Amino acid sequence: MVRSSKYAAGCLLSVADLSVAEVSAVLGLTGQLETTPRAERAQILAGRRIALLFYESSTRTRTSFELAAKSLGATTTLVSDKSSSIEKGESLKDTGLTLRALGAECIILRHPASGAPFLLARETGLPVLNAGDGMHEHPSQALLDLRTILTRLGLNASRVDTDSLRGVTVVITGDILHSRVARSNAMLLPRLGAKVLLCGPEKLLPEDALGLGDGVEIVRDFDAALQRSQVAMMLRIQKERLAGLELDLGDYITRYQLNGERLAARAPKALVMHPGPMIRGLEIAGDVADGPNSAIEEQVSNGLAVRSALLVRAMGLGGFESVTV
Amino acid sequence: MSNVLILNGRAIDTASGVDDARDVLLRDGRIAAVESPGTLKGVAAAETIDAAGMIVAPGLVDVHVHLREPGQTYKETIATGTAAAAAGGFTTVVAMPNTVPVNDSVAGLQWMLDAARGSVVKLFAMPAVTVGSMGGELTDFDALCKAGAVGFTDDGKPVLEDHVMRAALVAAARAGVPVSQHAEDTRLTGGCSMNAGPVAFRLGLRGMTVEAEARIVERDIRLLREIEKAEGLRPHLHVQHVSTARAMEAIRQAKREGLHVTCEVAPHHFTLTDEAIGDYDTHAKMNPPLRAEADRAAMVAALVDGTVDCIATDHAPHAAYEKEQEFERAPNGITGLETSLGLALRVLHKGHGMPLARVIQLMSTSPAGIVKLDGRGTLRVGSFADVVIFDAAAQWNFDVAKTRSKSRNSPFDGAAMLGRVMATVCEGRVVYRG
Repeated sequence: MVRSSKYAAGCLLSVADLSVAEVSAVLGLTGQLETTPRAERAQILAGRRIALLFYESSTRTRTSFELAAKSLGATTTLVSDKSSSIEKGESLKDTGLTLRALGAECIILRHPASGAPFLLARETGLPVLNAGDGMHEHPSQALLDLRTILTRLGLNASRVDTDSLRGVTVVITGDILHSRVARSNAMLLPRLGAKVLLCGPEKLLPEDALGLGDGVEIVRDFDAALQRSQVAMMLRIQKERLAGLELDLGDYITRYQLNGERLAARAPKALVMHPGPMIRGLEIAGDVADGPNSAIEEQVSNGLAVRSALLVRAMGLGGFESVTV
Repeated sequence: MSNVLILNGRAIDTASGVDDARDVLLRDGRIAAVESPGTLKGVAAAETIDAAGMIVAPGLVDVHVHLREPGQTYKETIATGTAAAAAGGFTTVVAMPNTVPVNDSVAGLQWMLDAARGSVVKLFAMPAVTVGSMGGELTDFDALCKAGAVGFTDDGKPVLEDHVMRAALVAAARAGVPVSQHAEDTRLTGGCSMNAGPVAFRLGLRGMTVEAEARIVERDIRLLREIEKAEGLRPHLHVQHVSTARAMEAIRQAKREGLHVTCEVAPHHFTLTDEAIGDYDTHAKMNPPLRAEADRAAMVAALVDGTVDCIATDHAPHAAYEKEQEFERAPNGITGLETSLGLALRVLHKGHGMPLARVIQLMSTSPAGIVKLDGRGTLRVGSFADVVIFDAAAQWNFDVAKTRSKSRNSPFDGAAMLGRVMATVCEGRVVYRG
């Protein structure tokens, strides 16, 4: 997809930045990097500088981006809002310009404000990878989820087209309103042929969600949605973003928790996913998270692989020159 | 003061019922003659403006501008803001009170209106409804009116409490001026930075609902009705920058009912929708926010059918660094004085067939009437010599780098405009030449 020249090539701000051909190229490169010998891999970004700029806490995303960069031989630096001049009131623009002046060639940004990566990319001219912005998007998560789905469903995980997920229905359940993971997945998966069902109470899933695009449907009844699905993606209720919204958790658990009984009754073969962090006993029962249907740990491992490919792409390597952006 | 002679133009003024070829003579700051072409040929004038092919209209009036002085002169000053006004064809602007400190006292009002501020056009002000615009104690309406207040508003901070708004409407009715309300139930819009709807959902931004605007408009209309019944007064409510079909419908009904309600619409609300936010463009962030297409269309319809009384810009300058922030953190507001006429002519006149006379009425005669500016908003002989001369057919593109405003926060940089101001004359002085 074409985004204006305001943004450096290699940016990943939204899943909408990627054409299906580019998604395919990212997946292809992911597979390639995974099989590249360690020593060889460590030469790919040797001597390159990558900054991780984190305004929000993170375990998986930060660690996987950092380990990915290091495994490619890059030097990384982590700047967090808690231990930097951000605490003194330095703006995002100035923080970005400072990192650029220090030689950063790419910035990985996590930020509580939706759209912050666009600002950083415009102001620095650097390739920026969106590692989660507010309630907006988490594009690398959608890509790793895609890889997980393809792998577990026995589909070709190194090449995709608009029909790769034809016939696959994915239900995303829970706090859709506050979820950047839900947005990125709901905008990406239908472009590869999947049907995405969004499920949750009105408060956490307004009708406006249908604006995410074609191939997205709202189903309020979790059991009905689950019955139609091959993949069940569960989401945490984001207490930090509820902003006064009140929720009866007991009622929520009854209606929307994915537990063993429900899974067995409605979709015994379904792939169970969760972007983490999960709250066992709330949106997902512990035995389901640990059970045979669960792909939760694979999601995490795929994160490392996919993010390696995104870093190579951001740095202008990996054959992406030949792909029209 | 010397004479200014405007020859060969087409004078349009609904107040004096003229729409024809006329020569206009300005003398001593007043309109001295509006005559058929040739009649004024022999009159000596210090300055003659050839308005051949141009429209000669009463100077534009904007009842809603933020000039940022005192207190935020890094954004704008009275001098720079009114220079932008002159360039946009405006001869009169009404300054909002959300300065630092808030304009809520006679001393503050007098300071603002003092000639030493260097206003390029005629400046009026609406002081705050409540002390500090805190929504509690009313300011001294009588003393402020004597000092020149043309209305009262807590713009940006709506008057939420029913009893305070009721008291304000009663006091304003007694003083003979409007209460101008920013209609937003801020109890419903906490943390919101754009219009609620599918675009906000996709962008992951919290949205202001239509209801938050409509609820205040509906409440204020109810108060008008109650006050008319109980007090025998006829308060005047002016609803600022209406942006939703639902609030507009409430105003339409209230007018039918005979209540004294007027309203304004801003050019951005009849031109753009929330899609203009694109990749989190903070130049498309203002309050009320850009709405959905159905609301935009409803604003156009209400402008065309006469429900809307005037166009007002809500000119709200901000420094570049303030807008270069995360969307949710950036301040609300855009500049508007230099693009108002160009957008009104492009969207309303050309796009929807609104007669030129109606555009001029919406931008001059009618807003002058809302704040009761005697002798302004008309070309009637004896009125103030406030005149705008513009080429209604000129197509151009706004270049924000050339703005007279101190700030450049406009979503219309590069946008197509129709109608170019060639000269602005305020009380007989040529304050802008295009």
